[in-house]
Amino acid sequence: MRAFLGFVRKETLHLLRDRQTLAILILFPVVQVLIFGFAVRTDVRDIQIGIVDPTPDVATNELRERVAASDRFNVVWTGSSAADLETRFREGTIRQALVLPSDVERRIGRGDSLPVQLITDGSDPNTAGIMMGYASAIVDRWYRDEVPGKGSLRIEAQARMRYNPTLESSHLFVPGLIAFVLTIVSALMTALSITREKETGTMEMLLVSPIRPKAIVAGKVIPYIALGFISVLLVLVAARTVFGVPLRGSLFLLLAESVLYIITALALGILISTQVPNQRTAMIAALAGLMLPTLLLSGFIFPLDSLPKVLQWLSYIVPARWFLTIVRGIMLKGAGLATLWQETLILVGMTMFLLVKGSRGLAIRLG
Amino acid sequence: MTTHAIEARELTRRFGKFTAVDAITFHVEPGEVFGFLGANGAGKTTAIRMLIGALEPTSGSATVAGYDIKTQAEQVRRRIGYMSQRFSLYEDLTVRENITLYGGIYGVSDRDIVSRTGDILTRIGLEHAGDELVRDIPLGWKQQLAFCVALLHRPGVVFLDEPTGGVDPITRRRFWELIYETGAEGTSVLVTTHYLDEAEYCRRISIMVNGAIAAMGTPAEVRKAVGAETLDEVFLKLTRPGAGAAA
Repeated sequence: MRAFLGFVRKETLHLLRDRQTLAILILFPVVQVLIFGFAVRTDVRDIQIGIVDPTPDVATNELRERVAASDRFNVVWTGSSAADLETRFREGTIRQALVLPSDVERRIGRGDSLPVQLITDGSDPNTAGIMMGYASAIVDRWYRDEVPGKGSLRIEAQARMRYNPTLESSHLFVPGLIAFVLTIVSALMTALSITREKETGTMEMLLVSPIRPKAIVAGKVIPYIALGFISVLLVLVAARTVFGVPLRGSLFLLLAESVLYIITALALGILISTQVPNQRTAMIAALAGLMLPTLLLSGFIFPLDSLPKVLQWLSYIVPARWFLTIVRGIMLKGAGLATLWQETLILVGMTMFLLVKGSRGLAIRLG
Repeated sequence: MTTHAIEARELTRRFGKFTAVDAITFHVEPGEVFGFLGANGAGKTTAIRMLIGALEPTSGSATVAGYDIKTQAEQVRRRIGYMSQRFSLYEDLTVRENITLYGGIYGVSDRDIVSRTGDILTRIGLEHAGDELVRDIPLGWKQQLAFCVALLHRPGVVFLDEPTGGVDPITRRRFWELIYETGAEGTSVLVTTHYLDEAEYCRRISIMVNGAIAAMGTPAEVRKAVGAETLDEVFLKLTRPGAGAAA
């Protein structure tokens, strides 16, 4: 036990003495939150829209004002002909166009159909989808107000974004960011710290000493659990104060699940370090093998449903996927363990498997 | 039971088809300084790694400090010291922290750690550098420190794998004084080296060629058996027979 505590102390000293790395590790989560929060927004604002209105009247005026009043849209052009829309799209002066038919007022009076056309710049499909959504919502509202149901009962489907009604992207990215930051801090740093000892030869000294491989692994992991925990707190505080991301569920459960995921990531780091000879390879393996799946196959950036089937299957073995479901559940839906026990159990299983495999690998490769 | 500090019988290690260590048999007596010689790749390090429990032998057996390396690896580990080819202290810890860490790992009591730290620092003349980071002290001192750390828990046998590589002649001499002192205190020393002048300091030597022991005995015995004036000549004759004959 005394040997073990001495070992933990040594690892902590390594961590504290490497000021540069420590500073990066502490700043990293905060910087990530700010970058993702401000730069990588998927909610769209200031959409440059053009409106084609061949015969302006009271009804179309109402619609134009509604569009202009929305902070999503910026009406940059209004005209009577759709002829030069193409050039405007190409020049990039407009990203969306609303093309109204002629004689709107009269059509409404006669109860004719009202073919409104929405044209959207589709070069960025994600944004395009969102822009379409915003614009058609405004047109729908306007249409309902202008054309009241004529006695007959109209049933309408209304799409509402639950849990994130304003489609704030920061609400979605913070859970993903926690997974991302933890993967980097925990997995990459342990992988590096173990391979560093392989490179310098101190690992060999440890393995021929009476201290057991399990104790070596545990001793390496403990300071990084603490560091990972600090990262989670930093991300949460930053997300809350800067972007007002809600925490609807239990903070305690969230932190407990985070510690679980930190250990998962650490175990991944250990596993990597047993398979590679040096720090450089460990770095590449961690980046390619962990960071990309965490970004791409967890649902952090791309919705899992939109991935090809093969990648969806692959995502089942990405721990971040399960952790992300848990964090989103707790933060946005206020879910408790009663609904998240399956994901939690999967993570626990993965972690056990990785830990056993990792510490065995260490013993075999070097001992 | 054996009274030998190290006793290897037909110790063999193969990597696939390559036989790195080929049925070596030798023993080291308590307090003996035993030189383990051989060209690069002759199998010295592999043999040492088996003896310290870092590598499983393919066949054969050995006891170290009276314990079997296969079945009693745990006891062996507690009773040996090891200094590897590569420098093996932590550069970003201070001299004192390194000593304390290894003391703790080998189960030396706190009080003993404190008193032995003092002894080590005086012994190698680092009294004023106890709280300096290891990376900031000169290489010669680092090597001496690593040696003393390997002896911290008073092991019965200490393995030194090329301890004097890259060290200046004065420090090398100082290092060998440390080795002698250690032997005189009853700790057996198995040391590998490339410097054949150093081999003359050993009580007995063995020369490994292609994984097997080609000659063994006191330096004088080995010279006589091979029919050479100096150990340099012995080494050339054994490791490169063609070159030896031409000379």
